[in-house]
Amino acid sequence: MEIVLAFVIGGLFAASVYMLLRRSLVKLLIGLALLSHSANLLIFTSVKLTRGSPPVIGMNATALREPFADPLPQALILTAIVISFGVMAFALALAFRAYRSVGTDDLDRMKSTDD
Amino acid sequence: MNPLLILPILIPLVTAILALLFREARNVQRALSLLGALGLFGASAGLMFDVRRNGIQAAQVGNWPAPYGITLVADLFGAIMVLLAGIIAMAVVTYSLVSVDAKREEFGYHSLIHFLLMGVCGSFLTGDLFNLYVWFEVMLMGSFVLMALGGERGQMEGAIKYVTLNLLSSAMFLSALGLLYAMAGTLNMADLADKFSDISASQPYGVVTTLAMLFMVAFGIKAAVFPLFFWLPASYHTPPAAISALFAGLLTKVGVYALIRVFTLIFVQDAGFTHNLILIIAGLTMVSGVLGAVAQKEFRRVLSFHIVSQIGYMIMGLGLFTPLALAGSVFYIAHHIIVKTNLFLISGAVEKLGRTPVLKKLGGLYQAQPMLAILFLVPAMSLAGLPPLSGFFAKLSLARAGLETGQYIIVSIMLGVSLLTLFSMLKLWNEAFWKPLPASAIGSGGAAGMGNLHTWLISVAFLAAITVLIGIGAGSFFSIALLAGEQLMNPQDYIQAVLGGAR
Repeated sequence: MEIVLAFVIGGLFAASVYMLLRRSLVKLLIGLALLSHSANLLIFTSVKLTRGSPPVIGMNATALREPFADPLPQALILTAIVISFGVMAFALALAFRAYRSVGTDDLDRMKSTDD
Repeated sequence: MNPLLILPILIPLVTAILALLFREARNVQRALSLLGALGLFGASAGLMFDVRRNGIQAAQVGNWPAPYGITLVADLFGAIMVLLAGIIAMAVVTYSLVSVDAKREEFGYHSLIHFLLMGVCGSFLTGDLFNLYVWFEVMLMGSFVLMALGGERGQMEGAIKYVTLNLLSSAMFLSALGLLYAMAGTLNMADLADKFSDISASQPYGVVTTLAMLFMVAFGIKAAVFPLFFWLPASYHTPPAAISALFAGLLTKVGVYALIRVFTLIFVQDAGFTHNLILIIAGLTMVSGVLGAVAQKEFRRVLSFHIVSQIGYMIMGLGLFTPLALAGSVFYIAHHIIVKTNLFLISGAVEKLGRTPVLKKLGGLYQAQPMLAILFLVPAMSLAGLPPLSGFFAKLSLARAGLETGQYIIVSIMLGVSLLTLFSMLKLWNEAFWKPLPASAIGSGGAAGMGNLHTWLISVAFLAAITVLIGIGAGSFFSIALLAGEQLMNPQDYIQAVLGGAR
C-alpha cells in the first residue's frame, strides 16, 4: 500500500510543479493546492500505514496494545490542512484582486515594477 | 513556568485583537498599537536580562512534560532575536503613525503588524519544529496581507510572487517534517538533538543528509539565499516603506534563525558536507546580491538586493561553524536588523520628499534636509563596515573566524563585497542627497512640501543611535554574542534545559 501511495505522492508533486510553472494565474493556484495536498499525504504515508488498530485504550486495558496507528501524524496533517485552507482562501482572493488590477492572468505580464 | 517566555507572544496577540476591535476608532487603535510595541519591547528586554543572568529558560505550555508538550525555549540567541524584534516593533510602529495612510489603518494595518510580530516572536521562542512551521504560517499570513494591503498594482504583482514562493517553501518544510518524524519519532528540537546522532547512524548512507538538504531549501527560500532569493527584490519595494522596513528587518532573519537552529542542533553529523555547502552558498549569496544591487536604479531596490548580499554574511558564520564564527553571525544579524530597518525607513522619507523612488530623478536632499542626510550616513556607512560603527565589528569577527579556520577564499570574497557595498551606498548618497535636484524635477514639487519631517525622523534617529551604541560598546555586546555562539556550539545546556529530568 505504501508503494502505491508513494507513486501517488510523486505524481502529485510532479503535477503541482508542472502547474506552478505555467503562466496562468489560476493554474498557479491549482499547483499550490496540489502541493499542500501532496505534502500532507507524504506525512501520512511516511510513518507507515497501520490499518484497523486505532490508538485507543480498550475498556478493560491500561495501556495501548500493539500494533496501533501513530495518531500524531494525523494531528499534524489536520493542523496543516487547516492552515493550507486559510492560505488558499487568501491566495484565491489575492489572485482575483490581482487579475482585476492588472487586467490579465498572464504571469509573464506582471512585471510593471521590474524595469 | 517563566511568564517572560509567554509574554512576547501574548502581548502582540492581545494588542492585535484589541486593535481589531477598535478598527473604527483610529486614534484608539494607534495608541493601542504603540502601547503593544512598547510592551513587547519591555517583555523582550526582561527576557534578555533573565536569560543573561539565569541561563537558558524553558517552559512547557499546558504542563505536559518535554518531548510531548508544547515547549518554549529561550537561549541567548533566541532572546537576542526577540529583543531585536521588540526594538524593530517600536521603531516601525512609531514610524507608521506618521507615514501610513488612514485607509490602510482602517483596514487593520496595526493589528496585522502585531499578528506578524506574534509569529516572529513565536518562531524565535518555540522549541518544537512543527510549532516552528505553525509560527511561520502565522507570520506569513500577516505578511501576505500587509504586502497586499492597499491593492495598488505593483503591490498585487509583488504579492503574487511573494505568496507563491513562500508557500512553496512551506510545503517543502512540511514534507521535510513528515520525513523527519518518520525517521526520529519526535519533533521536539532538544529531543532530536539528543537522539539524532544514534538515529542517523542507523539510517542508510546519505538519507539524513538528503533530509538536511530539504530543510536547507525550505529555510533557504525564506532566508533568501542564492539561488532562491528572487522573490525578495521582486516584492520588497512595492508596499509602503514602514511595511517593507518591518519585512526587511525581521522576516528573512527568521529564515536565517531557523537555518542556524537546525544546523547547530540537529544536522551536525555530516558537517564536512552540509556546512561546506552552506559556506559556498554564503559566498555566492554575497556576490550575487551585491552585483544585483549595483545594477539597480531605485532606492529601495538597491537596498533589497543588499539584504540578499548580507544574508550571505550571516550564514557564512554558520558555514565556518566555530563558536567565534557563530558569535560573528549573531552579532551580524543584530547589526543588520537595526541598520537595514533604518535604511528602509529613510527610503520612505526620501521617496516622500522626492515623490519618486527613481534615483535619477532624486537629488538635492542634503541641501534641503541635512538632518536626514546625516542620519542616512550612519546606517549606510555601518552597512558598508566603516569603523567605529556596528558593521565594522560584525565583519571583523567574521573575518577573524574565517582566517582562524583557514577559509581564505570566503574571507577575501567577503572583503571584496564590503567594498562593493560601500560603492553602492555612496551611489545612493550621491544620487539622492549630494547631486543637485535634476532640472526636470524642480517643477514637480521636488524636495519641498512634506509638513513635519521631524516626526518621521524619531524612529530613524532612535535606530541610528542604537547603531552607534553597538559600535561604541562593541566589546560588551560582542561578549554576549560570544556566549550565544558558545551555547549554539554546545547544545548540551539547551537539551538539559528543555528535557531536564525527563532524559
